[in-house]
Amino acid sequence: MTVDSTAARKPRRSSSKRAGGKKPADGAGQEPELVQLLTPEGVRVEHPAYSIDLSPAELRGLYRDMVLTRRFDAEATTLQRQGELGLWASLLGQEAAQIGSGRATRDDDYVFPTYREHGVAWCRGVDPTNLLGMFRGVNNGGWDPNENNFHLYTIVIGSQALHATGYAMGVAKDGADSAVIAYFGDGASSQGDVAEAFTFAAVYNAPVVFFCQNNQWAISEPTEKQTRVPLYQRAQGYGFPGVRVDGNDVLAVLAVTKAALERARTGEGPMLIEAFTYRMGAHTTSDDPTRYRRDAEREQWEAKDPILRLRRYLESEGHADEAFFAELETESDALAKRVRDTVRTMPDPDDMAIFENIYADGHALVDEERAQFVAYQAQFAEESN
Amino acid sequence: MSIDKLSIAKAINASLRTALETDPKVVVMGEDVGKLGGVFRVTDGLQKDFGEDRVIDTPLAESGIVGTAIGLALRGYRPVVEIQFDGFVFPAYDQIVTQLAKMHARALGKIKLPVVIRIPYGGAIGAVEHHSESPEALFAHVAGLKIVSPSNAADAYWMMQQAIQSDDPVIYFEPKRRYHDRAEVDTEAIPGPLHAARTVRSGTDLTLAAYGPMVKTCLEAAAAAEEEGKSLEVLDLRSISPVDFDGIQASVERTRRLVVVHEAPVFFGSGAEIAARITERCFYHLEAPVLRVGGYHAPYPPSRLEDEYLPGLDRVLDAVDRALAY
Repeated sequence: MTVDSTAARKPRRSSSKRAGGKKPADGAGQEPELVQLLTPEGVRVEHPAYSIDLSPAELRGLYRDMVLTRRFDAEATTLQRQGELGLWASLLGQEAAQIGSGRATRDDDYVFPTYREHGVAWCRGVDPTNLLGMFRGVNNGGWDPNENNFHLYTIVIGSQALHATGYAMGVAKDGADSAVIAYFGDGASSQGDVAEAFTFAAVYNAPVVFFCQNNQWAISEPTEKQTRVPLYQRAQGYGFPGVRVDGNDVLAVLAVTKAALERARTGEGPMLIEAFTYRMGAHTTSDDPTRYRRDAEREQWEAKDPILRLRRYLESEGHADEAFFAELETESDALAKRVRDTVRTMPDPDDMAIFENIYADGHALVDEERAQFVAYQAQFAEESN
Repeated sequence: MSIDKLSIAKAINASLRTALETDPKVVVMGEDVGKLGGVFRVTDGLQKDFGEDRVIDTPLAESGIVGTAIGLALRGYRPVVEIQFDGFVFPAYDQIVTQLAKMHARALGKIKLPVVIRIPYGGAIGAVEHHSESPEALFAHVAGLKIVSPSNAADAYWMMQQAIQSDDPVIYFEPKRRYHDRAEVDTEAIPGPLHAARTVRSGTDLTLAAYGPMVKTCLEAAAAAEEEGKSLEVLDLRSISPVDFDGIQASVERTRRLVVVHEAPVFFGSGAEIAARITERCFYHLEAPVLRVGGYHAPYPPSRLEDEYLPGLDRVLDAVDRALAY
């Protein structure tokens, strides 16, 4: 079987005309089916397998989430440029993938993010300023994962897929009806840990949803360097379903993720969602995408912007008025200001934090070295007296 | 009856059984741990009595075993995972080092990772390659992990109980060549601290410090030395992270000589760390440099050569003679 290597980068819109549940013959040079409920032009379309019915207030809520997340993200990028953060991994362009999936989770579900899931964190109720500690260098995580069932950011690519699977195995053992969702990217799909997570999840029928944001680039490597088949098709080999969704369509992502989580909750096991999206910015603030990709590609994806398309829909349907957009602008400014102020006044940790929380039950060597460190520092205090 | 004469393997089995009976959150997982009872039968009969849900045969993927154990721990379970052989732990090395060891600190103490990783280790069983290694130093270097190794059945039982009760990740190295060594185990005893060394033979001329399989070798060496009129003290370190430096120091301040023995390569081995720290602590007490006996800086050899590679009675006594000659 051969797969057109560029196919994965050119999603074809599904439309109501394709309705009828006929499965496309993936591979064999054809472009894969893509679940879409809202076109880039802001037109609602139907899909035979996934549907959604949201009130105008709910639609405005999703729009608000995406706008505030984008604003927060932009502010963080700015703060990095100003030297307030050491690094930032922007989610620009992936707002729909993250808000759609994040809003699909229930409070009792558990989320295992990578390091770019700022929108999902927002949906889980994690204060955005908490995310900035590790990027500023004041901690390596810092929030209580159990407070919002949102695990720490994981930097080692793909590791968290196994944690999510193990957590889901525990959920099943407990007889709970919640589900787990593991985020990762197209690059991580090459990691052994992700493959092992698929195996364990399938074998134990664990209630876990694997949510792959295929943003087309793993730093400088295009998806073609990771796979010869569309990523969602990998699921088939493990014995669970996979689906590709338009990752810039918040409605489709919400519908598909809700369905996958519900499936997991009812004992039907894991599912893989490939959210087909695009990393509009650099991998991180240390990256320079001009070295490896063309502006034209970015422009092509700009036309599919997740926020713009929902705005078009809200406006065309009369679901939101000027006052709503104006209020949201004010709210965005306030959020940005709060983020700015919080980061700029975020204190450096106490020196002794080096020795804290290494062990839950203590460790003689840590105690010894802590005492040495205290004695070492005390010398300077004496000298300055 | 609380006192039984058990092999090390049976003592670990009994300890796992006790843990499964007393704590519903304990799960045992690994390759072949179920029906087979593990390749060394350490988990024999546990799946039959506690079910497939608590004694879990896993896919053959070590990173997956440790990674899912982390997830189970985050859910409130206390997984005890088996890595089938020492040389097979490395696919899980990433999960152990980058995730398991650091997660408690990354969460500023808000979450705990009570995961026990059992690893049968060491040589002298005539095995093919990757089945005879001693990788403990590769883990001792990593903050966030605790590392222990019992040398006898009583410790095997109690140290496993304590490892499972620990809220920290513990790597529990099992001296596979000693699996069938039997000793009395009092399952109603009050155990000492998990990370304290124990004097298993008192002496006045020199201290031999060892752990796991080498404790027996050192006891044999001390018995042989006694016939030559030398009085050797033998310390069973029991814990490699943390090391009970206070215990070693107390012994060395009396005997004034120290030889550290392990199967693992000497170069950057745990003996190197012990030598450096004891030299610092006991500089004015020492009559001789701290000497080390262990494996060479070579891949673990084919089994026909392992008797030459592994430290045995004679290599230990040779080091003792050299230390006493200063």
